[in-house]
Amino acid sequence: MSFLTIDHVSHTYFTKKSATTALEDIHLEVEEGEFISFLGPSGCGKTTLLSIIAGIMKPTEGQVILNGKQISSATPSVGYMLQQDYLFPWKTIEENILIGLKLLNKLNENEKKRTFQLLHQMGLENVEKLYPNQLSGGMRQRAALVRTLSTDPKMLLLDEPFSALDYQTKLKLEDLVFQTLKDFKKTAILVTHDIGEAIAMSDRIVLLSKRPGKIAKIFTVPKELRDTSPFKTRQHPTYTSLFDLIWKELDQLETNNNN
Amino acid sequence: MKQTTTIDLLHKQYLQRLHKEKKWITFYQILIFISFFLIWEVSSSQKWIDPLIFSSPTKIFHLFVEKLQDGTLLANLNVTLFETVLGFIFGTLFGTLLAALLWWFPRLSKILDPYLVVLNAMPKVALGPIFIVVLGPGFTSIIAMGTIISVIITTIVVYTSFKEVDPNYIKVLQTFGAGKKHVFREAILPSSFPTIISTLKVNVGLSWVGVIVGEFLVSAKGLGYMIIYGFQVFNFTLVLLSLVIIAIFATIMYKIVELIEKTLIKSQ
Ligand SMILES: Nc1ncnc2c1ncn2[C@@H]1O[C@H](COP(=O)(O)OP(=O)(O)OP(=O)(O)O)[C@@H](O)[C@H]1O
Ligand SMILES: [Mg+2]
Repeated sequence: MSFLTIDHVSHTYFTKKSATTALEDIHLEVEEGEFISFLGPSGCGKTTLLSIIAGIMKPTEGQVILNGKQISSATPSVGYMLQQDYLFPWKTIEENILIGLKLLNKLNENEKKRTFQLLHQMGLENVEKLYPNQLSGGMRQRAALVRTLSTDPKMLLLDEPFSALDYQTKLKLEDLVFQTLKDFKKTAILVTHDIGEAIAMSDRIVLLSKRPGKIAKIFTVPKELRDTSPFKTRQHPTYTSLFDLIWKELDQLETNNNN
Repeated sequence: MKQTTTIDLLHKQYLQRLHKEKKWITFYQILIFISFFLIWEVSSSQKWIDPLIFSSPTKIFHLFVEKLQDGTLLANLNVTLFETVLGFIFGTLFGTLLAALLWWFPRLSKILDPYLVVLNAMPKVALGPIFIVVLGPGFTSIIAMGTIISVIITTIVVYTSFKEVDPNYIKVLQTFGAGKKHVFREAILPSSFPTIISTLKVNVGLSWVGVIVGEFLVSAKGLGYMIIYGFQVFNFTLVLLSLVIIAIFATIMYKIVELIEKTLIKSQ
């Protein structure tokens, strides 16, 4: 039995005027400690899928099983970082990153110290008393990541966590997140539009087709790329060939869909 | 080096301009204030306007001193302030509580929606006679008037702001296992503080209306009573004195609300 099973999940959004099928028959098994990326065009249902895995939304069909238990509501064992940082503007950074521990009644000196340490590891110093609007976009995303990690979830869901960043910051943060997740042996699912990012970070890459989102293809990243840091991966010779392969596949998906 | 000195100089000039502008504004404000009372005084003493109806600043001032000395002004002011502050607090508090209730039970809000619309459209002061009959001709009825006039609009405005909170903030809390209570405390309420504050400002004015009309009807105590009494005995100096006092204290209440706003909303 794998750590996480996405068991034939389909989802349709119903509104008064329309019914939009966002996901169709997604089936995937994820091992513990694995890093999976979902790659697909805008609107193919990536955010929907993460919300379902997080237990925030019920799929219209299928189920998600984590550690042998069906996920029916949000659980602290899954940390979910939304597409934007969603730091609470009326709370200081300190209050923001401690909110999870507070809500789970786990706020003690030890946990507090650990969370602050994480903040410093992310390169954020002396920001505890500031409000989110006093931070840059990249700093905010790092703070949001600390908030997600603060409760020590077994699995992390990251929805385009680096999309709002400049290239350099993005590369640095990729390395940081990669290392942090490997150090803590976390299972992670990353959503992205960026082929390079997917190759650099993950063990497996799942390609989703255009709406309704279906699994079009799964790529396994070669061993030599998996264990190197994202930055080094990007310079590896194998990287370019895999990039081309995925590029072509995505391109084909688009043309197929247009016909 | 040279560059920073020019920038400093420019900044100084900018501040001077700002300061000068502010001085002119204050000057004109004081000018309007003084001329208003001066023109009023002169036209009243020259009988350009009917002094019986429009009185005059000096007459109002003399009456003010007289009423201050015999203690009736302070007694009436006390009563009105007490009723207005309570009406204001109750209106805002009950309105917000009702909004919370509607947020908590979405179905309730859908059911009550048409009734809220009707209640909001209704001129609340028209309920005055009913209050007086049910609650007695005392301060209870008047406070009820001060409350009812603001409670419905507060409910509607605050509830709308509760609903407009970005659902993604709620998602963030849910991933940490937050229940409805936590979602309300950590996201819904704090993000609606700016709206609640602005309803506070509106409610200051509304509760004065409710209370003064209530005092007209009960006609026993308070500044509203002073107005209606002055009107009945054709003592318009008394009416105008009450109006001036109301203007001053309504402004003070408004300023207090602004102060609360500054301390409550630090970050936004
Ligand atoms: N609450 C909703 N109600 C109705 N339709 C929705 C809702 N949320 C999403 N959709 C639709 O479902 C589809 C998938 O949306 P989703 O947000 O999951 O896409 P995405 O892959 O995350 O896109 P992006 O890369 O732009 O973030 C879209 O076509 C969208 O219009
Ligand atoms: Mg998305």
